[in-house]
Amino acid sequence: MLELRNITYEVDDNQENKEILKNVSVTIKDHFVAITGPNGGGKSTLAKMIAGIIRPTSGQILLDGEDITELDITERAKKGISFAFQQPVHFKGLTVKDMITIAAGREMSVGDICDILSEVGLCAREYIDREINSSLSGGELKRIEIAMIAARGTKLSIFDEPEAGIDLWSFSSLIKVFEKMRDEINGTILIISHQERILNIADRIIVIADGELRQVGSREEVLPQLLHTTSACQTLEEKL
Amino acid sequence: MDLVQKNLLEQVAGLHEIPEGAYNIRANGNKLGRNTTANIDIVTKTDKDGIDIIIKPGTVNESVHIPVLLSQSGMQECVYNDFYIGEGADVTIVAGCGIHNCGVDTSKHDGVHTFYLEKNAKVRYVERHYGEGDGNGENIMNPETVVHLKEGAHMDMETTQIKGIDSTNRVTRGDLADGAMLEIHEKIMTHGKQFARTDFAVDLNGDNSSCNLISRSVAKGESRQEFFSIMNGNAACAGHSECDAIIMDQGCVTASPQLTANCIDANLIHEAAIGKIAGEQLIKLMTLGLTEKEAEEQIVNGFLK
Repeated sequence: MLELRNITYEVDDNQENKEILKNVSVTIKDHFVAITGPNGGGKSTLAKMIAGIIRPTSGQILLDGEDITELDITERAKKGISFAFQQPVHFKGLTVKDMITIAAGREMSVGDICDILSEVGLCAREYIDREINSSLSGGELKRIEIAMIAARGTKLSIFDEPEAGIDLWSFSSLIKVFEKMRDEINGTILIISHQERILNIADRIIVIADGELRQVGSREEVLPQLLHTTSACQTLEEKL
Repeated sequence: MDLVQKNLLEQVAGLHEIPEGAYNIRANGNKLGRNTTANIDIVTKTDKDGIDIIIKPGTVNESVHIPVLLSQSGMQECVYNDFYIGEGADVTIVAGCGIHNCGVDTSKHDGVHTFYLEKNAKVRYVERHYGEGDGNGENIMNPETVVHLKEGAHMDMETTQIKGIDSTNRVTRGDLADGAMLEIHEKIMTHGKQFARTDFAVDLNGDNSSCNLISRSVAKGESRQEFFSIMNGNAACAGHSECDAIIMDQGCVTASPQLTANCIDANLIHEAAIGKIAGEQLIKLMTLGLTEKEAEEQIVNGFLK
């Protein structure tokens, strides 16, 4: 269970204080939770904050009742938080095998890596020795990013817009990956997304706009409003 | 061979024992062992210090190991080794120098390796440099490699200097005839107050000749590295050089590439990137549970792999 208490994040923008997140409080305990809302609303900031990449100006983050606000990225990772980047990072020299092995935190046989890669629809034989660099397509990098999270199998897995930067064809098979993951992974999946098909499989949807928590509820409660009110989320509506 | 020498041999040649095939092991200026085969002859030079390695035309799947070991502090030498690779031969040559300096004097190995590749000869050349020691003596290595490639010859050169060399000036010269190919992969890591300079000059004289030079280096501590490369395209050729460096602490890297196209059909490219480890790489690995230091190690190891 993840609890955010009165999270506020301010940045200094040309000597003007800008609030990116305003007093956000929410408890995440369902199996598959989606965060949605317009671009620039503070969703990614919130995800980075949970992973420890950004520190809140004020407020508290609790994981299973333990205050982790002061813990760094590594400590939080060890407590069971995984974070898939929106833009996967390139590594010169490190291969798919290296990264999956680091993620798993143990020696991985070719068979183990094959299991993980097939989860995200990649053939191990083709990818295991590939370097994580621009020779891989956006869709391939995204899948590898997700495979690292699967390899960790932690109690909280955060995905920041897995659909960003990949074409629609790749996306529809990526959806299957998430549907499968929802059925197989224990623990909580927290996914930032604008995609109706992702929101459709969420147990709970959180709407964040202008740095504020707008709505939290089941998909039955939240989805109809998202789709039919322009004020709630214009970007989302444009996309759907 | 004593334990120190055995360890050096493992570091520079990946060998635990005496290798198979042709070899010449030089330790503290003396011949420690030599083996020739039906196709590969090794002859001691009479006019200066060094050996001639003569490989018969058509020799395939054979290897030559010529490690040099220096375990006597203050040992200084300059060695000339010439390689004659016959037409159509395809061989692997492993050279390397390991210095163990436990004294206070400067140990120094200068080696000039000259390769003559006949038509369609193919050589994979692996060179490793390694230094260690518990004294204050400096380890200095100045390798010079000169490569002459005739028509259709192909040389693949891998050079590695990861540890313990205080000062190095690596010089590589090459000239390529029609259809010849030169591929160079260089890896360097320096730390402390070490200095490494690499200096390449390649003349692409033949049509369809090509050269690909890839240098990856890491400069830690207060170490300094300089990268110079000159590529002259004198025919319808393709040249590519790439200098990729990570700097850490107060490390400093200079890259000075020079490309000259003397022919309208010469196609030359240089890429250089120098910088510290990208913050997002560290963050990514930390979200996988590594500490910042472990993440740095992984990135550097991968980069130099």
